[in-house]
Amino acid sequence: MGRKIRISKSRILFQVFNYTILVILTLACLLPMVHVLALSFSSSAAASSGKVGLLPVDFTTDSYGYVAAKHEFWRATLVSVKRVLLGMPLQMLMTVLIAYPLSREATSFRSRNIYTWFFIITMLFNGGLIPTYMVIQSVGLIDSIWALIVPGMVPVFHIILLLNFFRSIPRSIEEAAFIDGAGHVRTLFQIYMPLSKPALATLILFCAVNHWNAWFDGLIYMNKTENYPLQSYLQTVIVQRDMAEITTADMFSLKNISDRTNKAAQIFLAVIPILCIYPFLQKYFTTGIVLGSVKG
Amino acid sequence: MDMYTNTVRIKKMNKGKSSVNFRRNLPLHIMLFPGIIIALIFSYTPMVGIIMAFQDYNPFGGLFGSPWTGLDNFRFLMSLPDTYSVIWNTFFIAVLKIIASLIVPITVSLLLNEIGNYKFKRITQTIIYFPHFLSWVILATVFIDLLSPSNGAINSIIKAMGFKPIFFLGSTKWFPFTMVLTDIWKEFGYGTIIYLAALTGIDPTLYEAAIIDGSNRWQQTIHVTLPGIKGIVVLSMTLSLGNVLNAGFDQIYNMLSPVVYSTGDIIDTMVYRMGMIDAQYSLATTVGLFKSLVSFVLISTSYWLAGKFAGYRIF
Repeated sequence: MGRKIRISKSRILFQVFNYTILVILTLACLLPMVHVLALSFSSSAAASSGKVGLLPVDFTTDSYGYVAAKHEFWRATLVSVKRVLLGMPLQMLMTVLIAYPLSREATSFRSRNIYTWFFIITMLFNGGLIPTYMVIQSVGLIDSIWALIVPGMVPVFHIILLLNFFRSIPRSIEEAAFIDGAGHVRTLFQIYMPLSKPALATLILFCAVNHWNAWFDGLIYMNKTENYPLQSYLQTVIVQRDMAEITTADMFSLKNISDRTNKAAQIFLAVIPILCIYPFLQKYFTTGIVLGSVKG
Repeated sequence: MDMYTNTVRIKKMNKGKSSVNFRRNLPLHIMLFPGIIIALIFSYTPMVGIIMAFQDYNPFGGLFGSPWTGLDNFRFLMSLPDTYSVIWNTFFIAVLKIIASLIVPITVSLLLNEIGNYKFKRITQTIIYFPHFLSWVILATVFIDLLSPSNGAINSIIKAMGFKPIFFLGSTKWFPFTMVLTDIWKEFGYGTIIYLAALTGIDPTLYEAAIIDGSNRWQQTIHVTLPGIKGIVVLSMTLSLGNVLNAGFDQIYNMLSPVVYSTGDIIDTMVYRMGMIDAQYSLATTVGLFKSLVSFVLISTSYWLAGKFAGYRIF
């Protein structure tokens, strides 16, 4: 039949309104980074006079040249890369090793509840910044990259996520493995891990991104600036110096004027790894949220 | 293997003698061992450091050599006017953030739910989720630049419209709201995806029944959609109760300046300054202890409530 469904005028109006709002929100999320990119390719004169919008003005790659030569930037990047490459696998290993036992039934693994509470309590209460710093200091990890890795090696939230995932795997599989003579280690690595690939992929990504973005621990646990990871380096070099700009309405220091494009270049370079992996692995990031349902 | 042996083995796996049980479960204990050690060292040992809140700590005496001052630190802190404004700021910003982080994602997810075009939906989700993955060091720089009263893009627009520039980060009036708004900007994508997932879980036959009964889209939203996501919304609200003292250190620390301390200083920034910069270890620990205790009560309550009203179990 040739009957069309009548769409009411108000529905059309609503959809126009809807699309508009969503496009505005999407642009609001995109444009700041586009602006930073434009700044990084503009001349510093154009940048400081506020002429740069979404497109570079007086296109130049000078700022990137400046950053390429700035060996502190690359040294800090290297620290961050080291941190991700060391920290993420170790963190994942710990997550798996802890999530598996805790996912066993309390009837067959009687100490399970005690262990679980042991870890959950660390989520509910912590000693505070100063005592934690002192512990790290007394263990001798100050100025060591391990200070950025070891304390975070037991990510209780990820463990809970993985443990719930392990629980959703039917118990009969464990029983079948046991009948066939497999011990726990075999069951974990040859059965549970392959079955958990989506959850593991998601956790790996979140781990890596968190390590890449972490700045505070690098700031307080490293006394020597050459040990700073990238975000801590950026924090000292850019954010701390930017504070002056907040309160002045007119003239600011000459140094800040010429720095603006260089800062933009450094910022953009720091975001590139995330930009690169994000679109391709977005699927894992979104399933990750739904896996963990709501973060507390 | 005959059926009898199999059944006995399963029974043994489940109960059996403790020695058999223990031997089979030994690998589990071993797997847990490194995690226990790390948690003991880096999570439980610092808890001992709480003693500093009751001492006049000095690094030379250490924990056991510093004079005991009892509740003096607490009394001192309560006599400082700053303490109260800091607690109030923390509370104010955190609660605003919690409310906004419920309203905005839910609204956006409802809007997004009405979009039929799958591609548009996917692209929008991808883009709005993106800011969640940027660190506040990066974003603070971006915002300090964007919100600059002299040549920031936002104020350029404001000035072009004929108004005076707004000191988003430099005025005590605006600072808390700037914090809330920028935080929403960063995180609303994350919440939107959660609520969208919840929306797809609503039974479509409910909508059909509503249409048959003659309701329009708006009525459907009120009577089918919103009740449909009530569970997850209640859960979100309950769990966020534990965050009421976390106003967002990462964000605020990077955009805070002394000019706006009166409305922008939060508990965590004060602890950081007191402890790491001013080296007032005891006082910083005291504030930190206060926060940890209150948070503990709040988080535990929130998990208990979530368990009772939304059936939420951590494990």
